[in-house]
Amino acid sequence: MDLTLKIWRQNGPQEKGEMKTYPISGVEEDMSFLEMLDYLNDKLINDGIEPVVFDHDCREGICGMCSLFINGEAHGPGRKVTTCQLHMREFKSGDTIYIEPFRAKAFPIVKDLMVDRSAFDRIQRAGGFISVNTSGNTIDANAIPVPKENADKAFDAATCIGCGACVATCKNSSAMLFASAKISQFSLLPQGQPEAKERVLSMVNQMDLEGFGNCTNTGACEVECPKGISLENIARMNRDYLFASLSSNK
Amino acid sequence: MATTSKGLFGSSLARKYWMAISGLFLCTFLVGHLLGNLQLFVSGEEGKLAFNEYGHFMTTFPVVKVLSWITYGAIFLHTVDGIMLALQNRAARPEGYVKEKQSANASWASRKMALLGTLTLFFIVVHMKSFWYEMHFGELGVDANGNKDLWSLTVKAFEQWWYAAFYVIAITGLAFHLSHGAQSAFQTLGINHPKYTPIIKMTMTAFAWLIPAGFVAVAVFLYVVQPGQNL
Repeated sequence: MDLTLKIWRQNGPQEKGEMKTYPISGVEEDMSFLEMLDYLNDKLINDGIEPVVFDHDCREGICGMCSLFINGEAHGPGRKVTTCQLHMREFKSGDTIYIEPFRAKAFPIVKDLMVDRSAFDRIQRAGGFISVNTSGNTIDANAIPVPKENADKAFDAATCIGCGACVATCKNSSAMLFASAKISQFSLLPQGQPEAKERVLSMVNQMDLEGFGNCTNTGACEVECPKGISLENIARMNRDYLFASLSSNK
Repeated sequence: MATTSKGLFGSSLARKYWMAISGLFLCTFLVGHLLGNLQLFVSGEEGKLAFNEYGHFMTTFPVVKVLSWITYGAIFLHTVDGIMLALQNRAARPEGYVKEKQSANASWASRKMALLGTLTLFFIVVHMKSFWYEMHFGELGVDANGNKDLWSLTVKAFEQWWYAAFYVIAITGLAFHLSHGAQSAFQTLGINHPKYTPIIKMTMTAFAWLIPAGFVAVAVFLYVVQPGQNL
């Protein structure tokens, strides 16, 4: 395959970036998108050009490290796949592919295509946990009855890998899908109840502090989410926050 | 867990609650307004007297007065809150994408709510100048019953093609605004349930197109029939 890659190059957080064009030939359709970038970087290194910086880790769609806004969509044209699970067979020889970093004020660019998503970690730290004693006397999880439907929904919410595609694709750079998934996975289970009100208030507050936008309910995040996290989670967060605000002393 | 929260004022979610509540209230206002407008289908002296009687009632009856002040408040809240949300949303992405395929994952109306809202606000200003201002502060003649002749003012406005055309375009914009907003308000307020959401979406989508269709029908009727010419 012969491709024309248009890639965002930016030397550092404060530097000015620009799109640069790289023609590339010899790409195989069985390559994953990241392998294609590895292949490009090999060529760039041989030519004495600085390779393109991009995030990646597990390369099997579970770690949430890979990102990339490919041809105008987070994680590219596929549905329910991360960039590492996207393969070059989705493209045709002769295609021009635009590769940009996830864009949000809360996700500052580190270099080229790599962005700092630690805003998500801070939202998680604000309440995405349960305070339990883990010093050897942990209670067996199955000792507490949980309705099957709630267990399934909590699990679905917990499959969020925190990649940030929801933020990247949202016209408002809103983190509602991420935050609501991380809130829901606890609020649906009995173990999450004692801290449920504080959790939703704290995590929403941290989300706002990080500078993410608001939700217009366009539903774009749900479409682009590699794990198919549902908008139902955002509605759950909306009502949990409403009731917590009305009834909490905080 | 250390908790700080802006509660129901100032947080991102709270801003959206106020958008949803004021928006849904304004939806109920539209129903009332349309019911009043339907009287314009009755032409001739009889229709004129009845419409002017209705206009007198709507500007003097205390309960309606209170409702009208709530409506002005809701429009103000919806506008100011909407502007604040739009500014925050813009600030959340200082540098945009070179290539962005928004149509791949979201409807046009849902992505253009601020634009459609601005168009609607502009329309409201023009519309209130045309009728509300004239009714309250203008120099209208009186009909046989001594009521201000709002009917003649209204039908004459819609006999001009450009006024009718502007009205139809503005109401179409409102329809698109409602096609997303009316059902989305429920999601914002946390109402999303596998059993009820499909019914809510269907009902509110029908609402979003049928109510504006009613307004447009009255405008087209007035332009085509030109009832003011016969009196």
